Amino acid sequence: MEVNVKNMIKQKETNRFFLRFTEKAAPVFFLLCAAISVLTTIGIILTLLVETTAFFSRVSFWEFISGTEWWPFGENPTYGVLPLIAGTMLITAIAMMVALPIGLASAIFLSEFASEQTRKIVKPVLEVLAGIPTIVYGFFALTFVTPVLNTFIQDLPVFNALSPGIVVGVMVIPMVASLSEDALRSVPNSMREAALAMGSTRLEVAMKVVLPAALSGIIASFVLGISRAIGETMIVAVAAGSTPKLTWDVTESIQTMTGYIVQVSLGDASYGSTAYYSIYAVGMTLFIFTFMMNILSQYISRRFKEDY
Amino acid sequence: MNTAAERKHTFFANTVADEQEYVSKTIYNVDHFNLWYGDDQALYDVTLAIPENQVTAIIGPSGCGKSTFIKSLNRMVELVPSVKMNGSISYAGQDIFSSGYKVEQLRTDVGMVFQNPNPFPKSIYENVAYGPKIHGIRKKKVLDEIVEKSLKGAALWDEVKDRLQENASGLSGGQQQRLCIARCLAIEPDVILMDEPTSALDPIATAKVEELVQSLKKDYSIVIVTHNMQQAARISDKTAFFLNGEVVEFEHTDKLFSNPEDRRTEDYITGRFG
Ligand SMILES: Nc1ncnc2c1ncn2[C@@H]1O[C@H](COP(=O)(O)OP(=O)(O)OP(=O)(O)O)[C@@H](O)[C@H]1O
Ligand SMILES: [Mg+2]
Repeated sequence: MEVNVKNMIKQKETNRFFLRFTEKAAPVFFLLCAAISVLTTIGIILTLLVETTAFFSRVSFWEFISGTEWWPFGENPTYGVLPLIAGTMLITAIAMMVALPIGLASAIFLSEFASEQTRKIVKPVLEVLAGIPTIVYGFFALTFVTPVLNTFIQDLPVFNALSPGIVVGVMVIPMVASLSEDALRSVPNSMREAALAMGSTRLEVAMKVVLPAALSGIIASFVLGISRAIGETMIVAVAAGSTPKLTWDVTESIQTMTGYIVQVSLGDASYGSTAYYSIYAVGMTLFIFTFMMNILSQYISRRFKEDY
Repeated sequence: MNTAAERKHTFFANTVADEQEYVSKTIYNVDHFNLWYGDDQALYDVTLAIPENQVTAIIGPSGCGKSTFIKSLNRMVELVPSVKMNGSISYAGQDIFSSGYKVEQLRTDVGMVFQNPNPFPKSIYENVAYGPKIHGIRKKKVLDEIVEKSLKGAALWDEVKDRLQENASGLSGGQQQRLCIARCLAIEPDVILMDEPTSALDPIATAKVEELVQSLKKDYSIVIVTHNMQQAARISDKTAFFLNGEVVEFEHTDKLFSNPEDRRTEDYITGRFG
């Protein structure tokens, strides 16, 4: 039998009403879905704002941002957020020293050197690593990494910054590796060919052509990794301790912003107390940090976008 | 009583008295070269000698193996994992597939210009300076000089001398292609391989590149793949006609276009197929 395309198209015309309805309805449905996440974001920001305002009616803004002691539960509570920020930065710094080099090196290996088979094995493994619940990483830090570190560092306290810092780094590796690899792979092959055809070695091609060409994507992946480390909660809540301290000593017990929020949320403060409101102020600070990181990452990808 | 060289000289003097090209040296010697992509054979028993300091054109219908052949000359074809080959290609007297032969050295001596301009996403200056830099030239003054000389060599200097630090992606397609030629000249290769260098260009840019090829041939041996038979006729000294992975005819360009030996060559150049 002969296929008559013209007739088939005509037949479809008869279904016009239904088509026109879906054509109109589908975008509305999509809009609603998108609206849910936008509204949730607005809701969260509003809550944060309201409760933060309540906090600042009790504690001066200046004390909050310049105070060097965070001690909400004593006789004379002090609310200087700097020790919590320092704790977060300490963890983030350690994590990035682990995640950025290892993540980037893995990405370069996967994108420039690995055979197709190797890539097929390694990529899923990385994804599994990314899918492990962070509480598991937390106990891994507490019950494995800390004891191991203890054999090198005498008198390492059970709760310290170093161990969860390293483990947060390990947790972030897959994300940095995967995003950087995407950036490297999006560099067109013609660039590699051009460089190889001029007598470059594969290493030179990777480091001097592909890496610079993918720089914006790589930096964006770094920034997202940093923002992930800043926001990481369970690992530090489990293994870093709960002693807010303005210190750069990685062997000490510290507390991060997220760690503090967990501690209070678990019931260490009664509803309506200043300590209760303080978690919103800390949450707001945290939000501002990660928000700025995300903006930065977008700015970098846009500003340094390479056109091939 | 005669040395070999003298004998050779007398031989040429007697037979082809005033045809200069015949005395020209061979830069590439391709000998019974076969190539497969997986199980599909793409080149069959290719045997030809590419002369030094001349323009050799490769013509033939789409899919006949022109790109495959030219990429074999600098071993870029090996980037395809499934490639298998036998036979030999020697460059300057050395088998390029022999073990221990340094492919980076080959590709330094033999430059390549691709069908689509592929400048690096760097400045014009950095594009040209890339090759010298990876080969260890670091001095700013020397690099400046190389960049200027190469861009002049590629007939691009006047158009870009005031914007060397701008990104190369801002250039027109024709300018980008000449930039790629300049990039290639910067490491002073002996041979330049060009795979349809003008197919993405308009007629004016094409004319510029053709002119350039003509002017380059005194210092370089050039192998150029082209779909455009007029182009081959205009700029080349010798032409190879490929068909289904075989060299059907390899002759002086004038001869091949005016008086082809093989019936299939004649059919192709008169447009009866392909
Ligand atoms: N990477 C590859 N993998 C498998 N087969 C390939 C590959 N590249 C080319 N081939 C095959 O080899 C044959 C020759 O291809 P080639 O690209 O050399 O042709 P060409 O003469 O350059 O054609 P065109 O004029 O269209 O560029 C074709 O049949 C093609 O399908
Ligand atoms: Mg081709």
